[in-house]
Amino acid sequence: MKAKKYITSYCSIKNGKVNVNGKELFSDSSLPSVDFIKSVYKHFQLNYPKFYKMDHLSKLAFIASDLLLKSNPIMQKYAAEDVSIIIANSASSLEIDTEHQNTISDKNNYFPSPAVFVYTLPNILIGEIAIRNCIKGENTFFIFDKFDSDFMGSYNNSLLDSNKAKCSISGWVDFYENKYQAFLLTIEKEQGILNIEHNSEQLNKLYNN
Amino acid sequence: MDALIDQLKGEIIEQLNLEDLKKEDIDADAPLFGEGLGLDSIDALELIVLLEKNYGIKIANPADGKKIFQSIRTMAEFVQANKK
Repeated sequence: MKAKKYITSYCSIKNGKVNVNGKELFSDSSLPSVDFIKSVYKHFQLNYPKFYKMDHLSKLAFIASDLLLKSNPIMQKYAAEDVSIIIANSASSLEIDTEHQNTISDKNNYFPSPAVFVYTLPNILIGEIAIRNCIKGENTFFIFDKFDSDFMGSYNNSLLDSNKAKCSISGWVDFYENKYQAFLLTIEKEQGILNIEHNSEQLNKLYNN
Repeated sequence: MDALIDQLKGEIIEQLNLEDLKKEDIDADAPLFGEGLGLDSIDALELIVLLEKNYGIKIANPADGKKIFQSIRTMAEFVQANKK
């Protein structure tokens, strides 16, 4: 029989609100997405020299993961190799892909930006989270039409059951055309700050909350 | 030269997304890489693009980059000498 797994913490950022473990920590629905993300970064004083160099998708993932791991410092509990990062979205890196395309579409004004180009893959955001937190475990980025709790739940269970990871940071980070949503959670075999059973129903409930 | 240094500071802040810095925070003689502004290898490529895009200057020999990008002042001196 497979051991139970638990959702031990989560962070949700959408509609101008930041919610960590069920508590609303910040709210400002007046700002467009880019300004909102910067205001969250400033509000929580998440000092990180590379933050402003990231694309909007990575900035969103960075903030969500930082707030998540501040609420639940799993890196004090697990080895770097035992923490996985499994994230999905629907827009991939289309926002920055378009920005890159704009720099190369005119042959007479052809100046591709290296700093833009390096973000033209969605899994770069996993790299940013891994670098920030010194995480060296399994990582994968999926692209789906919408959040697939069955698939994500099953994938994370498989990682934990096969001891490829002892804790997984997982969820959904999407940013495109001023629409954004981040939903990241930690999944562990042991009970933690929250002890929500890890299953499809709970994942959907928290994602839609 | 001072006007060019000031202009370069503004362009670097914009091009490298150094949003938390103002022109007056940047010492024209401080190292651009390592200490000082703490730029990285991607930033170095951005500076090469900046010189080409804004001043029409191509760096023919990449080995020259180390001297040119020592500080904002050395960049300004290079631009002044090679601007088209």
